[in-house]
Amino acid sequence: MSTFIEIVYFAAAVLFILGLKQMSSPVTARGGIVWAGVGMVAASLVAFLEPGVLAHLSNVVLIVIAIAVGSAAAYVTAKRVQMTDMPQMIAIYNGMGGGAAAAIAAVELVKLAGGDHSLGATVQVLAVLGGLIGAVSFSGSAIAFAKLQGLIRKTIRLPMQGMVNLSLFVATLIVGGIIGFGTGASIEMVLIFFVMALVLGVLVTLPIGGADMPVVISLFNAFTGLAVAFEGFVLENAAMIIAGTVVGSSGTLLTQLMAKAMNRQISKVLFSSFGTDSGVAVEEDIEGSMKEIEANDAAIMMAYAEKVVIIPGYGMAVAQAQHKVQELTQLLEERGITVKFAIHPVAGRMPGHMNVLLAEAGVEYDKIMDLDEINPEFPTVDVALVIGANDVVNPVARTNPDSPIYGMPVLNADKAKNCIVIKRGKGSGFSGIENHLFYADNTRMLYGDGQKAVGELVAGLKQL
Amino acid sequence: MIEGFTALYIFMLSAFTGYEVISRVPVILHTPMMSGSNFVHGIVLVGAIIAMGHAETGLEQFIGFIAVALAAGNAVGGYVATVRMLEMFKSSKKGEA
Repeated sequence: MSTFIEIVYFAAAVLFILGLKQMSSPVTARGGIVWAGVGMVAASLVAFLEPGVLAHLSNVVLIVIAIAVGSAAAYVTAKRVQMTDMPQMIAIYNGMGGGAAAAIAAVELVKLAGGDHSLGATVQVLAVLGGLIGAVSFSGSAIAFAKLQGLIRKTIRLPMQGMVNLSLFVATLIVGGIIGFGTGASIEMVLIFFVMALVLGVLVTLPIGGADMPVVISLFNAFTGLAVAFEGFVLENAAMIIAGTVVGSSGTLLTQLMAKAMNRQISKVLFSSFGTDSGVAVEEDIEGSMKEIEANDAAIMMAYAEKVVIIPGYGMAVAQAQHKVQELTQLLEERGITVKFAIHPVAGRMPGHMNVLLAEAGVEYDKIMDLDEINPEFPTVDVALVIGANDVVNPVARTNPDSPIYGMPVLNADKAKNCIVIKRGKGSGFSGIENHLFYADNTRMLYGDGQKAVGELVAGLKQL
Repeated sequence: MIEGFTALYIFMLSAFTGYEVISRVPVILHTPMMSGSNFVHGIVLVGAIIAMGHAETGLEQFIGFIAVALAAGNAVGGYVATVRMLEMFKSSKKGEA
């Protein structure tokens, strides 16, 4: 029987890796998740056959109830959530995984506190570390969810935040060490350990601004993977070790890619908040003024262009404007105008967020360009249409070394012949930095909600 | 069954595998990919079932119940979210829709 269990775990691990690999191409991606899903169902069913599990019937009943409760809650929420709110839902499902890993660690630590040291030193260390990482991922993801959902709007920051976090981290490790190796550990100490770890996750995440949330969610995703792998070692379960580690390493790489695209170091994301250290004070004076344009005039400008590049940002997501944008694209193409989309790596709330929304609206993905592909083209672009994007098109990232976003790769919309910016109001972006693009001579501002403004453009084009 | 250096080898090779798998992902798939990998660590459900299955005291049962419920949420939520996102790429391939 145990050979059969191992074969199924092995097959599941293979399916996970193949599934993830298939997810790396738009053509095979949908098959990939199904493969991984098959692996998951098989591994979960086989887990019931593990020695000792079926022995306690009451436990089995409880397991089935727990699976039903957790699955139903997640299924309903995942089905109902708007595409624009997907990032925070990923955060919450990730947090649940972290919480589960922490809870598994808790069971082991309770046994340890009861004096059962049969696991061996390495496994004890991994149980403690997995519990710590899982708990941090759980509470941190919850805060990330609350921030993206708008439940927490303020960036809360303690004095000496870095020192407080570090002290708490060390203290949590010490308590974990006492549980793992001390003799006088009690159930209460296990509780204190997890409370400390949960508070640590909250404290680490609270000072981080919304603009950095994608990096944080990705990091917590990697954390959960690692915690799962560690608990896999504790339970001697190869499927958990492999799947957890694969997610841990791929999540770390993805986090680095994202941080790099935002010109942020992961350490700075975690230990300092955006815009408070420098920047705001050294703002250089802006020449010129913002020039408003009417939707009809903007439509005429685009109608007589040869090449239009649309730059969507979070504003488009909030306004649910992607379908109107697709309608606009089709109208322009009927007039023989080349339309392309320029996507900044961190546009929206997560890398690829804009692509998902545009795909939802039916925009063909060969029209969607990366930053590196599109930037050399801007001088030949007649109209760059910026919809609800701000910091990712701010030219100060190239020109002003004192700016906090200096060095961040940006889309060079300012180099297009004309630029139309659809924007809700006159405020600045997430980073709080003034955008010099908005004041440029060839930029026109079209104020209004993204969906309404694009709708007006569509109406304007139809009249021509 | 999995001991010492064998575990370390599994860990190392899995880490490289994860790194390689994601290094070829185009930016447009980053969010679905993150969601997909989020689903994959839902394998924690297996661990939760095993831990809960071996629970002896009421406290262990209670923690185990939470572990299984959370893990199931991770797996199911991660799967549905990923599928919903990837479904949107259906119409984007010409001639397929």
